[in-house]
Formats: sequence, C-alpha cells, structure tokens
Amino acid sequence: MPEQKVVDIDYLLKEAPRERHFITGAQAMAEAVKRANVDMAIAYPITPQSEVMHLVGDLYAQGYLKDYYRAEEEYGTMSAIAGASRAGVRVFTATSGPGLLRGIEAIASWPGHRIPAVLGVLTRVVNAPLSIQPDNIELAYLLHSGVVLLHAENQQDVFDMTLAAFAISEMVDVYIPVAVATEGFFVTHAKGYVEMTPEDMKLPPRDPYKAPVPVTDCEVPPARIQRDAPVQKSNFMSYLIHAVWQQEVWSSTQRAMKYIYKYLNGPIEVVNPDADVFVVASGCAAAQGREAVRYAQEEGLNVGLVKIKSIRPFPAQEVREALKNAKGVVIPEHNIEGWLSKEVKAAIPNSGIVVDGPRVYGGMTLPVELIMEEIYKILGIKQEKKVVI
Amino acid sequence: MATKTKRYNIRIAGVGGQGVVTSAHILGNAMSAAGKYASLVPFFGSEKRMAPVEAYVRASDEPIYEVGEVVYPNVIMIYHPQVITHGKSYTMPFYSGLKENGIVIINTDVDVLTDEDKKVLDDLNTQIVMYNATGLAMDIAGTELATNMAMLGFFFGITKLVSFEHIEQAVRERFLGNTFVASGGTASLDSAIEKKFKRKVELLEKNMQVIKKSFKIVEEQGWTEEKEPVNA
Repeated sequence: MPEQKVVDIDYLLKEAPRERHFITGAQAMAEAVKRANVDMAIAYPITPQSEVMHLVGDLYAQGYLKDYYRAEEEYGTMSAIAGASRAGVRVFTATSGPGLLRGIEAIASWPGHRIPAVLGVLTRVVNAPLSIQPDNIELAYLLHSGVVLLHAENQQDVFDMTLAAFAISEMVDVYIPVAVATEGFFVTHAKGYVEMTPEDMKLPPRDPYKAPVPVTDCEVPPARIQRDAPVQKSNFMSYLIHAVWQQEVWSSTQRAMKYIYKYLNGPIEVVNPDADVFVVASGCAAAQGREAVRYAQEEGLNVGLVKIKSIRPFPAQEVREALKNAKGVVIPEHNIEGWLSKEVKAAIPNSGIVVDGPRVYGGMTLPVELIMEEIYKILGIKQEKKVVI
Repeated sequence: MATKTKRYNIRIAGVGGQGVVTSAHILGNAMSAAGKYASLVPFFGSEKRMAPVEAYVRASDEPIYEVGEVVYPNVIMIYHPQVITHGKSYTMPFYSGLKENGIVIINTDVDVLTDEDKKVLDDLNTQIVMYNATGLAMDIAGTELATNMAMLGFFFGITKLVSFEHIEQAVRERFLGNTFVASGGTASLDSAIEKKFKRKVELLEKNMQVIKKSFKIVEEQGWTEEKEPVNA
C-alpha cells in the first residue's frame, strides 16, 4: 500500500484531484473505505452478499485497516460494530437483504447509542420464496431506525456517498450511523466510471473526544444512558429519558442535512426543472428515470427527473418545491410496497398527481418503457402497442 | 428538440459454446475503442454447451445510464437456429419485446421463420437478415467457433457504428490482451509460449478475415439500415 497522508475532510471531499476508473459498485465502496482511515471492519459473509466485505478484507491484508474479523453472524457483526465504535475507533461493515434484517435489532440501537458507524447496504430480496436478486424492500425497514440513509444511483454515487458518510456520521452535531445503500447486481456487480481521489490521501482519524457522549475506556465507564438504564427508574423517568433521547436522535438525523448539502450537492438532483411531468426516483431507478427523460425529449415531451439521494433525512421541503408545478409524478421502484412513493405523497399537498408505479420486484429489471407508459397516460397520449410480449 | 441519439438495445441469443458473451464483450469494447458508449449485461444462469445463453448490450453515441436486461430490444441477434426451432431461449418467442423498425439477424442455412413469425415481424416493420454465418465461419476460418465474429460483422456492417479498425482493436484485446506487444520480446519467449502465442495470432487473423468477409457480404447484399434508428 502507498504511504497515505492525512488531508482535511473538506479538501478530500471537495477539492482533491480525481482520476477516472472503470470499476464495479462493490469496488467503488471498498475504494472509499480505503481513503477513509477506517480502523476496523467486521462482517459475516452470508449469501447473498456483495464483494464489498471481501474487498475490505483485502484492504486489511494490505495494511489499510488495523483490524478485521468475521463475526459469528449479522447480529454479532452489528453488535460488535457498536462495541468497537463506542471504544472510539472508526468502523465499517456492509450487508445485504436477509443479513440486514438479521442485524437490524442491533442496527436500530446504534443511533440511540450514538454510534457513528458507516453501513453499506447492497440490496437483495428478503422475503420468501427465496431469491438472491436486487429487490430493495429492505430499505423500508431502515426508514424508522434513526440512521441517516443515502441511496446511490451508480458506482460514482457509491464512492462519493460512502466517503462522505464517514465525515457526516462523525460530525459532533450528527454523531449517528450513516447507511449507504445501492442495488445489488445492477450497481454492485456492474462496472461504471468513477472519478476517485488519490490513493495516497485519507481522511483525518476519528477523534473520539470530539463527541456528544464520551467514549468508553478503562477510565470512563459507559455513558449514563447505559450505566443507569432508564428501565431501572420509575416508569415516568423511563418515558421521559427515552423521549428526550429519541428527540435528540431524530434531530441529529435532520442536522445531517446541512452536511448532505455541503458534501453531496444536496439531497436531491433536478433535471429539467420546468417539466410538466416528473419521474421521482432513488437508487438505480433514477438511472432508468434519466433514460426516460431522454426518450421523452426525443419525442418532444416535457419530462424531468427528481433524483432523491437522501432518504433519511427525507428532503420533504425540497421535493415539495421541485414538484410544485408538476402535472403528474411517476415513481418507479424496485419493490412491491412503494416506500418512496409513500414518502413523496406525504411530502406534497396534492398527492393525487402521483402515479403508483411502475414497480418491479423480485429483483427484476425496470424497463424504461414501463416508465414511459405512465408518462403517456398522464399526458393523455394514446400509444398504439405493437410489441409482442 | 434534441437531435436523435443513435441507440441500440441489443439482445443476443445463442447456445453455450458459441461465444455469445465473448462477442458481447467485443461489441462493447469496439464501441469503447471508437470513443462511444456501451454497457453489457450477461444473463446469470447455468450456462453449458448447447444450452440457451443470452447476453444484452446497449450501444450508443451518448452516455448510457440504464441498467438491467434488455426487455424491449431494437436489435435481436440469433446465433443458432435452434434458438428458434427448438425454443432454446430464455425469451419465447425469440422476438418478444422487439420494437418497431428493429433489426433481426439470424444465423441459419434455411428459412426458419414460420408464416406467423413473418407476419408479426412484418407488422413491426422489422428488417430481417438471415445468413449462414456458421458456413461463412467454416469457409473462411475453418472453424464454426468464428460464427460470433460473422454475426458481429453483420451487425457493425449494417449499423456502421464503428470502423473495421475499432473492431480489430477490440478483437485483438480479447485474444492477445491489452498489454501484449507482439514486436518486443517474442524471440525471448520459450517455445511453448511462442507456440501458444502463434496460435493466438492465427486465431486473431482468422477472426478478422471472417469479419472482413461479413462486411463485404453486407455490402454485396445491400443490407443497410432501412429506416431511422428506432427509439430504444
């Protein structure tokens, strides 16, 4: 490994020179970890997985990480991540589908314990019947856990969001975990162009004393919230402590927004802001949305795209503003429930303009043609269908 | 209104052992060599010799964002007649999802289309090219393994997306690797490697001859894109 020099966070994320590489989404995530001065990684290699934790294991072998081990399973992984983080080191792990659900009890406790961990989520089907394809329903389970949740469209997003996640999670006024999600296969296994910062530069190390709660070491016992658990007090105290603590966690999630503006150019990206019809999408569905905008342009239709990069905190105000003149909204999703659709509908005053779909599930491809069909319907265009299915 | 992008969403169906995925890679690399764009999705299955194989390639002058299998192609290439006659395909019928004004290139020595197939394809305004690509591969390269090269030659001959040189660069990359310098140091290679290398060079030459010939056939037969490239 090259000698890495520590550079300022803002310099690395915003100004450092970048070089173009053609790599998979899994490689892009590992490349970000390589530049993030990570102390420790822990993982369980369940099937389905992505290559991410394998590649991070290679980074450990090359000397980029101080420690790496295989946990007994995801519940153990996520608990050990919490322990390591509380002891003051910078940690990373990644999982997929069923593994995420196995670990979610521990993950849901991270924000309350103020664990600034970074979690990669490479989505796969979670329900029966068994499949290992890239459905993203698992992200719905993360929406109410208190973690910051970023959703990457492509390999470049995976790199940028993962690197920024380490910076955002450790900001003193945030100090909660950041999950970076992207679709398995479509992004993790496919190659795309990624502009990367130099290999010989890394983020400053974690400063465990720049924190809203003290780290645990031989001198300092665990934070009061663990040492004096509310459950040991009266019911009334228990309600109150939990309530204020949760308020603080969710305020922290909101406070992450200013850093999402600073490091990721904001929580949304708008293409063709004056459009009549918008495709609103996150993750790799946004890539399909971009192609729909191109199709529409070729056909002389005024269609735009609102890509949502941050699912938590959800950019309700920004989405409302972007859609204020929209005649119709199409929300393509890689899950049956339409969790993004629900978020968008709740954010705008006229939710009736939102089309429920198109949705594909079980991890299948989301053809741009399905998005176009909804756009035609909104614009009252009759398409003579000749395609044989 | 923006100028129309030249964009091909291609589905390649063949059987295991024909180099379906290899030729999809070469197609993509030829686009890349020409400074254009391509993306490739192989079908994840349990491929084996003579079992169905599918690969999908998107090729364009402009960046490609779309991911996943091509469900609605505007180009379909059938590398083996059994894809149609024996239903050796993940996609049945073989033209399912085909868009209007599309191109279908079939490797066969006999007419394998039923009247019903012909009617459907005719209604879709499809340009159908049937040619014995395996026969061509046997004649020129002496092996049916070069069938995929003939098919690539037909595709690029018809669409004129890239030049012969770009294809040659991509085929060379595939067979000799990116870094192999033929002129420097071959003398010092031991005979085993030299023999292997010589075989590879011969293979490369034969493959290129097949592509050259298929370009010529396209010209002789007057196969050109009959209509505006279809929206894909």
